[in-house]
Amino acid sequence: MDIMRIPLGHWIESGLQWLTSEYSGVTRQIASFTQANIDHLNDALLWLPEWALMALMALACWRLSGVRLAIGAMAGLALIWNLGLWTPMVETLTLVVIATLVAVVIALPVGIAAALSERLYRLVMPVLDFMQTMPAFVYLIPAIPFFGIGAVSAIFATVIFSMPPAIRFTILGIRQVPGDLIEAADAYGATRTQKLVKVQLPLSLPTVMAGINQTIMLALSMVVIAAMIGAEGLGSEVWRAIQRLRPGDGFEAGIAVVILAMLLDRLTQSLRKSR
Amino acid sequence: MNETRSVKIKVRGLSKVFGKHPKRALELRDQGLKRPEILEKTGQTLGLSNISFDVYEGELLVIMGLSGSGKSTLIRCLNRLIETTEGDIVIDGENIPSLGEKALLACRRRHFSMVFQNFALFPHRTVVQNTEFGLEVRGVEKAKRRETALTALKQVGLAGWEDAYPRQLSGGMQQRVGLARALANDASVLLMDEAFSALDPLIRKDMQQELLQLQHKMQKTTVFITHDLDEALNIGDRIVLLKDGEVVQIGTPEEILTQPANDYVRRFIEGVDKARILTAESAMRPVRSTARASDGPRTALHRMRDHALDSIYVLDRDQRLLGLLEAESASQAITEGAEHITDYLTQDFRQVGPEEPLHNLFAMFSEKSFPIAVVDDQKRLVGVVVKGAVLDELARAGDE
Repeated sequence: MDIMRIPLGHWIESGLQWLTSEYSGVTRQIASFTQANIDHLNDALLWLPEWALMALMALACWRLSGVRLAIGAMAGLALIWNLGLWTPMVETLTLVVIATLVAVVIALPVGIAAALSERLYRLVMPVLDFMQTMPAFVYLIPAIPFFGIGAVSAIFATVIFSMPPAIRFTILGIRQVPGDLIEAADAYGATRTQKLVKVQLPLSLPTVMAGINQTIMLALSMVVIAAMIGAEGLGSEVWRAIQRLRPGDGFEAGIAVVILAMLLDRLTQSLRKSR
Repeated sequence: MNETRSVKIKVRGLSKVFGKHPKRALELRDQGLKRPEILEKTGQTLGLSNISFDVYEGELLVIMGLSGSGKSTLIRCLNRLIETTEGDIVIDGENIPSLGEKALLACRRRHFSMVFQNFALFPHRTVVQNTEFGLEVRGVEKAKRRETALTALKQVGLAGWEDAYPRQLSGGMQQRVGLARALANDASVLLMDEAFSALDPLIRKDMQQELLQLQHKMQKTTVFITHDLDEALNIGDRIVLLKDGEVVQIGTPEEILTQPANDYVRRFIEGVDKARILTAESAMRPVRSTARASDGPRTALHRMRDHALDSIYVLDRDQRLLGLLEAESASQAITEGAEHITDYLTQDFRQVGPEEPLHNLFAMFSEKSFPIAVVDDQKRLVGVVVKGAVLDELARAGDE
């Protein structure tokens, strides 16, 4: 007798279909709101002359890190400009910034709550494992019926894919605050909120920042993949190069991604160290 | 101790079981089983069992025990950092184990400051921010709490360090910050959990001294945990001795030393007496001059005059002690024309062995003020002890 194949995929599809038909009104609202924000930020960044944005980035690098990073940033951005990849680079940057913001806004409270409640912790951990190990492309598929083709779906998939490290590091940061410090705060009669604000959060900040750094890196890699569902940016340059079999174009766009990644990584790391 | 002192904290029948089934463990305890059997039968650890004692207003009470005795658990039960299993802890009419969450916070803020073994300073806060922590959580306004914190830092000798971070300070200084944090809080009871155990010995002695001075000045009710009997004897007004989660003896250091409650305490303090060298030998001084049995009275008197003595010990050829010659007896011998002093000696003095405990010697001085002769097992004179030396030795032992 044949063993019946469990129709797991079918269940998921009907579930998603139900969600889409019930909530597409809501998701479309979210989509148009998000799209508006993406457009605003994109327009603002592109409205600035290239040299002005470069100067701003270099200034930020100089203040947060030092002259070396500032010079590196100038050189890298100049190369991207020279290769004619400035606009895709800005589009990618916009997606990364917005996706990271959304991810962090969700991740921090979830991480804090899971760090303080053992129950929630046990609930959150397997979900995080799922989110991180599920191949990133898979998130793209349901994103389309919810949010349509384009940048918003890309951000949705990116947020899901890049959020876990921020949550994990927040949990870790709060849990690794030494027990005797918690005891000291308790002994002097601190409330839960006082303990969190005055002791746990400040002490976990370096770890939380490391998590946010990871989130940014993952967001960048996902934003590139999201070109497959129509997100503009460096990813779509790579995608086009693959379709036309042009390794030169592909590497140019790829190198631009690497430059942006290194820039964001060093910048957030120096932000962490300067604390 | 003063009997009219009022009780600040009253602990009655306090027990603590670590584990999920405390009732079962307590039942077995009531049947007379001890900690290891209870652990074996139920998997529950009996941390504290039926502890009762009082903390008097203004006293420094030391809770002393070796590791595993439950002393750290006990101090944490007092401010309920650890939940108790049964029993009462009453402070100013409030029973701490039965307080609600809000009342507990209020109680901790009003009554308890705590100093920790590993300092537990907040690394992201400056010294003064650490010091004012207790006031800050209580909602004291900024200018006021800063002023109080600075005063506390001055008290512990850290004026000028207020803007440093804990990691920039040595261990001893860090614990001063810990102490300042506790003092600034102005709670009615100071809890000190092995507060000086992580410090090196010299700094530790200093801190003990300073704590005693502060305590003398402020009369702050203090509960001090230690595993070190020397420390307990040195600073405690009274000592609660714990073993395996039970009280073995409660008493003043003197009572613990002179009337140990059982063999455990006796073994405990034996170790100490040897270590503390409070014996005749430690207080004895070399004999300034002695007379020989063959000496005439004039020679003996001459020696006494040369060394400013009122009396002199007389030895035989093998240095054995024959007796004591007083100046009056010597002059009597001269008027009577005696050739030898041996007939004029007195035995009316005390002689002890080198191992004689110092507090025994103390009583001997009440009669006559001859120096006490210290003799070895061959009855040879090895030294003398004078009253001043005993007092000095006892005073120094108190300082250390």
